[in-house]
Amino acid sequence: MIEFKDVTKTFDAKQGSVHAVQDVNLKIEDGHIYGIVGYSGAGKSTLMRMLNGLETPTSGSVNIDGVEISALSGAPLREQRHKIGMIFQHFNLLWSRTVLENIMFPLEIAGKSKAEAKQKAEHLAELVGLAGRETAYPSELSGGQKQRVGIARALANDPQILLSDEATSALDPQTTDEVLDLLLSINQKLHLTIILITHEMHVIRKIADHVAVMEDGKIVEKGPVLEVFKRPKQAVTKRFVNEEVTPSLNDTTVVVDQLLAKYPNGTIVKLTFHGDQAQLPIVSEMLKQYPLDLNIIEGGIHQTQEGAIGSLYLQLTGDKVQIDGALAYLQKMRVETEVLNRE
Amino acid sequence: MNSQGLSSYFQFSNVDWGNMFSATWETVWMTVGSMIIVAILGLALGLLLFETTNSHNPLVKALNWLVALFVNVFRSIPFIILIVLLLPITQKLVGTIIGPRAALPSLIISAAPFYARMVELAFHELDHGVVEAAESMGATRWQIIRKVLLPESMPALVSGITVTTISLIGYTAMAGAIGAGGLGTLAYQDGFQSNNNAITLVATVIIVIIVFIFQFIGDWAVRRIDKRAN
Repeated sequence: MIEFKDVTKTFDAKQGSVHAVQDVNLKIEDGHIYGIVGYSGAGKSTLMRMLNGLETPTSGSVNIDGVEISALSGAPLREQRHKIGMIFQHFNLLWSRTVLENIMFPLEIAGKSKAEAKQKAEHLAELVGLAGRETAYPSELSGGQKQRVGIARALANDPQILLSDEATSALDPQTTDEVLDLLLSINQKLHLTIILITHEMHVIRKIADHVAVMEDGKIVEKGPVLEVFKRPKQAVTKRFVNEEVTPSLNDTTVVVDQLLAKYPNGTIVKLTFHGDQAQLPIVSEMLKQYPLDLNIIEGGIHQTQEGAIGSLYLQLTGDKVQIDGALAYLQKMRVETEVLNRE
Repeated sequence: MNSQGLSSYFQFSNVDWGNMFSATWETVWMTVGSMIIVAILGLALGLLLFETTNSHNPLVKALNWLVALFVNVFRSIPFIILIVLLLPITQKLVGTIIGPRAALPSLIISAAPFYARMVELAFHELDHGVVEAAESMGATRWQIIRKVLLPESMPALVSGITVTTISLIGYTAMAGAIGAGGLGTLAYQDGFQSNNNAITLVATVIIVIIVFIFQFIGDWAVRRIDKRAN
């Protein structure tokens, strides 16, 4: 288990001190995929680097399985680092080494024999889907393949923890999904804890089970991903969730305004589905019971690790009694309903 | 014998080819000998400069300042003056101030600081992320130097030593003028002072050929090592 206790990191800059991380308390259970999301400068990178001692907290402590990482230095710290793999946004591969030699690199550092390192590296190259490309140099690989080398390299010393520092931010959407799928399968196959920092909610939704949202060095919200997606409390979380659930929220607002102008009598509602509800034919059932005219403005459903989540903007026109009945029905079905033009 | 006029350049009958050959050998010997020591010394100094930059330890800071001072001072002294300046030291070190061996101390002291700066620059130009990756894997400082800094900056280190070697060839000729031997001595004493332009011309051509050969070897080696682009 990973535990941050009252962790604060202050950098002394010329303009005064900067609080990169402030009073962070966080527990991460073994085997979880924990996402830390925030805009750049939120302190997530600094926080993660404390796990392998690349940064040390100004105060507080960072513990992994009861070992206080933040108090280690020298050989004991290097020993701990062997057990923590890390992947990077810009891959950070050694261009002078082939794929296989890159994967062997951490094994050489840990003092493994050449034969053992080679055998392990070949196995890992296969695991990450790079079989047949072992003798290629990084310059001959695509971005996605480079990150696969990065992942294989990070796994070389059988780590218990894998740190991912914006590992998909430099990749295109399709490659991002491939890399995320690989991380997920590694998490399941090898039972390691993955901590990933990102500014993309998509990454969190796709593979994380828990998420912490950071702003100005503080964790402002944390919990299971679905929980946070369902009921974001903080403004920054709402922004992230909205970006993801309704990517074109601004457009939708425009459409809503136009529709409000066009159909002054219509009732516009936003429905939020989560979990099993997203798989039930709730809207069609509602229409059967309450005959109304229905216009779909915008909608989307996303699969997260803990279930589906979706939102739907509807315009309902018709008899007021029918509309009220429909809204009551939705309430009964425990669909979150928000009426937009009754203010 | 007509030693004026352009035709004097082409009176190759005046060239003692045996002397020319041994002078060429001396020049190559001086160049390669000093190059090897400059490479080692420059690498060590450059590494020392790189590793002591940005330290907060006052002792390390002082060391960095000292090495930087040494490098800057000896890089600033014109080579021809450095030779004269180092004559007593050369006498002590080598036992003579004449001949190719006597040229080595001043060649090395002049070129090593030059190369040290190139080495330092090569290390600074490396992507810091790669060093951080190695740190995150638990690499020691020495492992980072041996397995990251040196191999990853090898093309820059090799092209640096190529440039340094070529200026060393120039220095050997200058050293030759005050008795170090080699093509410089030949061109100056047997060529210029004896009004034998053909010897000067041949010595020049040979030096140009030597420079071309070193440049070619250097370029070829960089192309072989550099895997960054296809």
